[in-house]
Amino acid sequence: MSTLLNVENLGIQFGGLKAVQNVNMYMNRGELIGLIGPNGAGKTTAFNMLTGVYAPTEGTITFNGKQIQGLSPYKVTRGGISRTFQNIRLFKELSVLDNVKVANHSLANHNILTSILRLRKHFNGEEKMEQQSLAFLKIFGLDIYKDELAKNLPYGMQRRLEIARALAAGPKLLLLDEPAAGMNPQETHELMRLIAFIRKEFNLTILLIEHDMQLVMGICERIYVLDHGQLIADGTPAEIRANPKVIEAYLGEEVAD
Amino acid sequence: MKKSKVFWGYAVIALVLYVVVQVLISTGALNLYYQNMLITMCINIMLAVSLHIVIGITGQFSIGHAGFLAVGAYISGIFTMNLGMPFPIAILAGSAVAMLAGLLVGIPTLRLKGDYLAIATLGFAEIIRIIFLNIDYVGGAAGMLVDYQTNWTYAFVGVAITILVISNFTNSRHGRACISIREDEIAADSMGINTTYYKVVAFAIGSFFAGLAGAIYAHNFYFIQPTTFGFLKSFDILIIVVLGGLGSLSGSVIAAIFLTIVSTYLQGFPETRMIIYSLVLILVMLYRPTGLMGTKEMTDLFKFSKKGVTKA
Amino acid sequence: MEWIQQLVNGISLGSIYALIALGYTMVYGIIKLINFAHGDVFMLGAFIGFYAIVRWDMHFILALLLAMVLCAVIGVIIERVAYKRLRNATRIAALITAIGVSLLIEYTVIFFRVRGASPEAYPEVLKNKTIDILGVQISTQSIFILTVSIVLMVLLQFIVHQTKIGKAMRAVSHDADAARLMGINVDNTISATFAIGSALAGAAGVIFGIYYTRIDPLMGILPGLKAFVAAVLGGIGIIPGAMVGGLVLGVVETVVSALGYSLWRDAAAFVILIFILILRPAGIFGKNTREKV
Repeated sequence: MSTLLNVENLGIQFGGLKAVQNVNMYMNRGELIGLIGPNGAGKTTAFNMLTGVYAPTEGTITFNGKQIQGLSPYKVTRGGISRTFQNIRLFKELSVLDNVKVANHSLANHNILTSILRLRKHFNGEEKMEQQSLAFLKIFGLDIYKDELAKNLPYGMQRRLEIARALAAGPKLLLLDEPAAGMNPQETHELMRLIAFIRKEFNLTILLIEHDMQLVMGICERIYVLDHGQLIADGTPAEIRANPKVIEAYLGEEVAD
Repeated sequence: MKKSKVFWGYAVIALVLYVVVQVLISTGALNLYYQNMLITMCINIMLAVSLHIVIGITGQFSIGHAGFLAVGAYISGIFTMNLGMPFPIAILAGSAVAMLAGLLVGIPTLRLKGDYLAIATLGFAEIIRIIFLNIDYVGGAAGMLVDYQTNWTYAFVGVAITILVISNFTNSRHGRACISIREDEIAADSMGINTTYYKVVAFAIGSFFAGLAGAIYAHNFYFIQPTTFGFLKSFDILIIVVLGGLGSLSGSVIAAIFLTIVSTYLQGFPETRMIIYSLVLILVMLYRPTGLMGTKEMTDLFKFSKKGVTKA
Repeated sequence: MEWIQQLVNGISLGSIYALIALGYTMVYGIIKLINFAHGDVFMLGAFIGFYAIVRWDMHFILALLLAMVLCAVIGVIIERVAYKRLRNATRIAALITAIGVSLLIEYTVIFFRVRGASPEAYPEVLKNKTIDILGVQISTQSIFILTVSIVLMVLLQFIVHQTKIGKAMRAVSHDADAARLMGINVDNTISATFAIGSALAGAAGVIFGIYYTRIDPLMGILPGLKAFVAAVLGGIGIIPGAMVGGLVLGVVETVVSALGYSLWRDAAAFVILIFILILRPAGIFGKNTREKV
């Protein structure tokens, strides 16, 4: 098994505030890892550093053998890491299909001149994007809504579309930021099946931020716990459940005793 | 409707339009007043559509478009008047240099958003205007004499190419990339779109065609001077795009046609014209910010699809 | 002592820019809007002062006060009629509307004036003597401008830091929702901000008329934009920043002109703007804020 992602001593400082410090993580190919912690622990900040939205002030991120810390987000994505957002960031005025096509963009190669002159290569390229994007929508049951504007979809479908879109970028590593937020138990169960399915189908390695413990304990093989920007525990779900530091972080000192 | 059928449909309509007007002009049925109005319409359409791709499609709030118009006008004027080049070469030169100006403006302002970008582009346009104001080679404040070389053919071809290129760009993965930048730049970046590249491309295309419009404009009015290319001109173009709907190419075209007619009839009453224009701007923003067409195109209205909610 | 004379000229001009810039910065600080029409309030102030002095024989100090009061009212009207509805709209929509309001004011004035767009000339209300201070010739007009400007800026600082309304303004500019929850009437606070900013612009208009004498309906555009540059230079939303930015801009412009490049003086402001936006968008006193993802 090879290490796909290796994070060493990762940290970022905003002004005087160390939002994240001394984080060490690794992920092997095919693993499903959870990243949990109380609100404000720095989980999304960590995601942002992994995807290039923020440049870390210290530490390294090695993905697939290459160091990627500080790279622009689009380069990170083209290198094989894709993500969803905590507060859904769909392209509201674009259709469901177009949203997915945008992620598919970097896999196409007909250039601007080709498109302007409407050469054969343009039509072939566009057709391929259409087919590939539709295929992704089908998996998520969204193909019947392909022409609907993204902003008109109900919440649960928007979340699914975000995942579909992230997948269309062709990642090896998928980062999901609170995919179950706002979902009821039944929807969460559906989501768990979906995640298991795409993991197998697309050979993905998945890193998951979640607050829903049923989801996390249910599908994650290993879990990292962040609190106040630092790693306080890591291990299997069973180990984490029993870890007093974790309990303390979530519920406060008194309960841990 | 199959896409190619739609295209040929428009091509035929365009050809018919061109021929009809050309015949009317040649037989003298259309007098100079209307000829001029039609050519001005073409210029305004080119300006509006070229601004549309920057603001409406890519969401880059550039309100200094008159600067690129000025560059196209002056450079093409220099090519015909001072270098004795044929008109088509001058047009190409004007457009190319305008595109360079667009890169000069677009690249440094990449990190700016919203209001700040707007003011920066306004600032750049003013700097361009002041540069031309201070160069005696192009006549300085008095302006520059430019031969009358524009005719219906040049104007029409100019508009046709502008609309075709920008429309083709928009309806491709590149246009989608630009729209994604408009909708959510961080998400676009995270989905693999090189936002820097596309923002610059949008500026380049927009300024190229503004330069094209400038070349046609310069050779239509006998002389050009820096005062015509101030922010009022930039606002004029902005008003057309806003009225048409930020994000709709057909909206820009329709609004350009409509406002050219209004403008021509109000030629003798510049204050009234400006009062009407400013009221249009305010009322549209307050009561119908999506403009006439929102982000829809004429082709959308002809599609019989089962879309859920059709936005008015 | 030629350069000191230029420095004084620069500071005088800069004070006018500063007074206008204060209005921009306060409004931007509180509702994140570039009030494009602000330069035109400056113009209206100049005209109100003109008519007060010429038609109603007012003393110029009274005319100044009248212009300030009327401009305050005008500022509030503009805010209530045009900008209030757009509080939750995109910044672009608000900016476009502001451009519309600016154009509307300018061309309505031209439309209704008998003399259209032609300029007017302020009569000489302040005998321009030169006083010798420490070997430097300073005109009484410069002293007037500086005095009035300093008085107004000190007054503003007092209002912002020592009064309830000032506290409310600062609170709303930090977090409007939190302020509302604390019982602050956000609407009135915003209107008050516009009123104060517009009053200052009106004062600047009268001062401009007295110093430069020539006024016309389109006089607000360029000073308005330059004052905005000054506000950005100092750090948009920061009041001392607007004062410093205005003074710096006035001095730079005067120096450029004095060095013989008078045709380029207008460009100076825009060149400064480009540099600031690209190198240090937060301005002299500003802090960088990061977008939360």
